[in-house]
Amino acid sequence: MIHQYKLNGYNIILDVYSASVHVTDDVAYDAIAMLDEKKDRDEIRKTLLERYRDRGVTDQDIDDTFSDIDELIGEGKLFAEDVFADKAFDLKAKSNVVKALCLLVAHTCNLNCSYCFASQGKFHGNQGLMSFETGKRALDFLVENSGLRRNLEVDFFGGEPLMNFQVCKDLVAYARSIEKEKNKNFRFTLTTNGVGLTDEVIEWANKECYNVVLSLDGRKEVNDRFRVDKAGHGSYDRIVPNFQKLVKARTNGTYYMRGTFTHYNTDFTKDIFHMADDLGFTELSMEPVVTDPKNPSALTEEDLPIIKEQYEILAKDMLRREEEGHPITFYHYMINLEHGPCIYKRISGCGSGTEYMAVTAWGDLYPCHQFVGDENYKLGNIWDGVTNTALRDEFKLCNVYSRPDCANCWAKLYCAGGCAANALHATGDIHGTYEYGCEVFKKRIECAIMIKVAEAKRQAQKAKE
Amino acid sequence: MKHIVTLDTRNVSAKDGGCGECQTSCIANQSCEH
Repeated sequence: MIHQYKLNGYNIILDVYSASVHVTDDVAYDAIAMLDEKKDRDEIRKTLLERYRDRGVTDQDIDDTFSDIDELIGEGKLFAEDVFADKAFDLKAKSNVVKALCLLVAHTCNLNCSYCFASQGKFHGNQGLMSFETGKRALDFLVENSGLRRNLEVDFFGGEPLMNFQVCKDLVAYARSIEKEKNKNFRFTLTTNGVGLTDEVIEWANKECYNVVLSLDGRKEVNDRFRVDKAGHGSYDRIVPNFQKLVKARTNGTYYMRGTFTHYNTDFTKDIFHMADDLGFTELSMEPVVTDPKNPSALTEEDLPIIKEQYEILAKDMLRREEEGHPITFYHYMINLEHGPCIYKRISGCGSGTEYMAVTAWGDLYPCHQFVGDENYKLGNIWDGVTNTALRDEFKLCNVYSRPDCANCWAKLYCAGGCAANALHATGDIHGTYEYGCEVFKKRIECAIMIKVAEAKRQAQKAKE
Repeated sequence: MKHIVTLDTRNVSAKDGGCGECQTSCIANQSCEH
């Protein structure tokens, strides 16, 4: 299977099963398209000679093009066959190793964002804070069930995790005290709204957290539309200086400014550029809101072409910034063509419900933070382990090859079938597909690969000079 | 003349079943840590 598209002046062909990326001239682009349609080579030759007569294309050019194509087919880099389907069905036999937990240390929040999927941290249930004893047991559960995995990940999440900062701090100290003996490497991340970022928290986060995710939606009027406190006051003026202080002091580990765009700011590149140019942040992530379609903030079908255009604007602008020597990172354009994820990860996805789980403040286990509060998706608890093994098995088989809608999709080995929670909310089935999300995702991958193509061309040009 | 330029992309260093040492994505934006 191949995917062809033209973007920013490049003719790009992605070979799905080899993950090869080809950049072609117009003749080769059309020739490959016609071969994909199973057209006869004599017919292709005739069509191309006619189509490109004005450009002086000759029979020899067509021969050379076919020669290039045949070379790539021979190397398994073009029209490669799907040799991965069988691996998907081995996943049920996969071990029950757990390697990552999302710790909901606070089922409460000091903001009152109306679009919050977690209903301000309550997850449609009660408020509450995780005790140190529960958190400690969660870490022990993770170690006990992690097999030979060395890297273990724990995200402090909520609600607002900093409303339970002392427990976060004590849990990290506990983890550090056991990791050598257990031969584990704990990687902590923190997702915060920034309200509670004191100097003490900043020092701790920059020392202990491998990654911090900082929630900011961009421009003041955009952020303050939804991200308000209990009294309805916008949070921008309170949180931006805190974020700037944290980022300025951060010398190790990564951070992401993590925004949400909605129907009200489909011009979200302005928010990204505001965070980069006016606030000085370089590591950026901006996500489309996922909410009830009846919610006025929900993205609409009419928004889709605008959103796609925005992604193109962003990609081209990032190339400009890179050329001028002040690059920014956009999370969804980080694509590693030389050393990307292995095929097992590409098939099985994020591991929710199997190797990745969420732990509530009371120690209950769910497939991920987005399932918390839905009793149908409770897996067990950190004392008894996974007791709903049928549900875990269902998640083991929830992969890109189990989704009929994905069978002929060129992007399937980049998204692994997408997010199970989004699929459930959109279709009522974790094996479904959230089509709006698919459209957005595919556009982002096209832009990310185009950036790689442009960078490769630029490097080749510099090497020539 | 080459009509097609192929970027240097990587093929399956994955142990059987994947080694699982890479960061939990919560995919395309990840790197292998095997």
